[in-house]
Amino acid sequence: MIIKQLTVFLENLTGRLNEVSQLLGNSGINISAMTLADTSEFGILRMIVSEPEKAASILKDSEFSASLTDVICLNSPNEPGALARALDILSGESVFIEYLYAYSMDNKSAYIVLKPDNIEKCIEVLQAHKLELVSASEMYKI
Amino acid sequence: MIWNEKIECASRDEMRAVQTERLKDTVKRIYHNVPSYRQKMQEAGLVPDNIQSVDDLSKLPFTLKTDLRDNYPFGMFTVPMSEIVRIHASSGTTGKPTVVGYTRKDLNSWSEVVTRSLCMAGVHREDMVQVAYGYGLFTGGLGLHYGCENLGASVIPISGGNTEKQLQLMEDFGTTVIACTPSYSLFLAEEMEAAGIKKENLKLRVGIFGAEPWTENMRKEIEAKLGVKAIDIYGLSEIIGPGVSCECEHQAGMHINEDHFIPEIIDPETLQPLPAGEIGELVFTTITKEGIPLIRYRTRDLTRLNYEKCACGRTLVRMEKCKGRSDDMLIIRGVNVFPSQIESVLLEMSETAPHYLLIVEREGNLDTLKLMVEVQEQFFSDEIRVLEALRKKITHKLQSTLGISVDVKLVEPKTIERTAGKAKRVIDNRKL
Repeated sequence: MIIKQLTVFLENLTGRLNEVSQLLGNSGINISAMTLADTSEFGILRMIVSEPEKAASILKDSEFSASLTDVICLNSPNEPGALARALDILSGESVFIEYLYAYSMDNKSAYIVLKPDNIEKCIEVLQAHKLELVSASEMYKI
Repeated sequence: MIWNEKIECASRDEMRAVQTERLKDTVKRIYHNVPSYRQKMQEAGLVPDNIQSVDDLSKLPFTLKTDLRDNYPFGMFTVPMSEIVRIHASSGTTGKPTVVGYTRKDLNSWSEVVTRSLCMAGVHREDMVQVAYGYGLFTGGLGLHYGCENLGASVIPISGGNTEKQLQLMEDFGTTVIACTPSYSLFLAEEMEAAGIKKENLKLRVGIFGAEPWTENMRKEIEAKLGVKAIDIYGLSEIIGPGVSCECEHQAGMHINEDHFIPEIIDPETLQPLPAGEIGELVFTTITKEGIPLIRYRTRDLTRLNYEKCACGRTLVRMEKCKGRSDDMLIIRGVNVFPSQIESVLLEMSETAPHYLLIVEREGNLDTLKLMVEVQEQFFSDEIRVLEALRKKITHKLQSTLGISVDVKLVEPKTIERTAGKAKRVIDNRKL
């Protein structure tokens, strides 16, 4: 259930994002989801990629600050109110979310990547409420 | 007016006689009371009797800022603590500050040299002096304060900062003399303009500026904007504080109060004394101090001496504005900053690598210090708040160690240039 997210620290410098995508592309690594969080000083790039360990080591070899972070992915119906229901369940059980990003797969489903404060508890709560979690192997394949 | 004409206008022979007598006494006191300096003298094969005149000064070993650190806090004091009535401190090269102590006689000498300096600057007892140097451990505020009182001028002990209040009092009280750092005076001028206060409506006529390097161009700008005669005052807490030397109204070099502090100029590489007129490192020997007298203290300031009699009538030797430093000390908004202090803060924190770059800028008229520091890979977080918290922690630690605010920027590991030799730690973009 736990998915390895590739996380990269970026200074707000031009061209650094290009370098990351080029390095991964040249090594045949596909990026299935990504989000860039920025502050005035620096940025944090978060990605779901086809081969997280390999991607991290490639970036580290090129002196990027890259690490793997445990996240989970919720498969939610692509319809109004679905996200609210899932989040209600989590907040009702006092699971806090550090950050999330989401993308729609098709008309039926949307994938929501979550970084909760307590990942084991979050999985437990979601499973107890019969919510569908996406497996890591499935995520990396997208 | 010359405050102490007898000594300030003394002949070279008279001055040498005073210096000789006081030097001999100082060497004896230090030799018998400061074990670390006694050891230095013994290693050089010297006893106090070897020092018979000022000409023997160059035989004596140097005192360094690190000696004060190694004997922190009070190991260089030559009198028992019961004799010490005041303690000041300034930045050390690492975590520990440089501490100095004053006996009552030291405070009197200090007031004397500051009073002389004020008179050199053309200040008199009818003046209203706004002392906008910081009061506290820093010697600027209290040093000026007691000198003004000794002269009989009216002191406004407003201390640093609080610009709005500074301007209000200047207007309402009719301040005639302002004492602060030169960069702060330009900041005041800007704020005056913004507040619509015209210099013609103020009574300012003299500015006493020190604690940081400034140029002749800054002098012109300050004089034009504030309508004052801008006078340069020099000092360092190790020697006494402000008043070690000061310009007179002719603005042709700072007169050193050499009956208290004997200056020498040395080659910072060979450590040999240089002839008068050559540029080198300024070295002082204090010859009246009781609390913490220092022999041949290396100031690291680069300048030269002029022994010609000044147009003002004084014969006190003059030093030029400092031309730079023989070490890596930076002076930011009047505060001494050593890159090594920053390094020790970073080394204490496991989250950062001791790879950093300091960038000094002058924005408007105020100096800013920016620190780029590499985050250790294992401490890099995927959460922004964790990284922001780290940035705040570094900022806070630096603020409490250095006493000034630093703009901290976290950068990627291994992005700060590594050099084979001495690392380049500082980029000073100020045009001084």
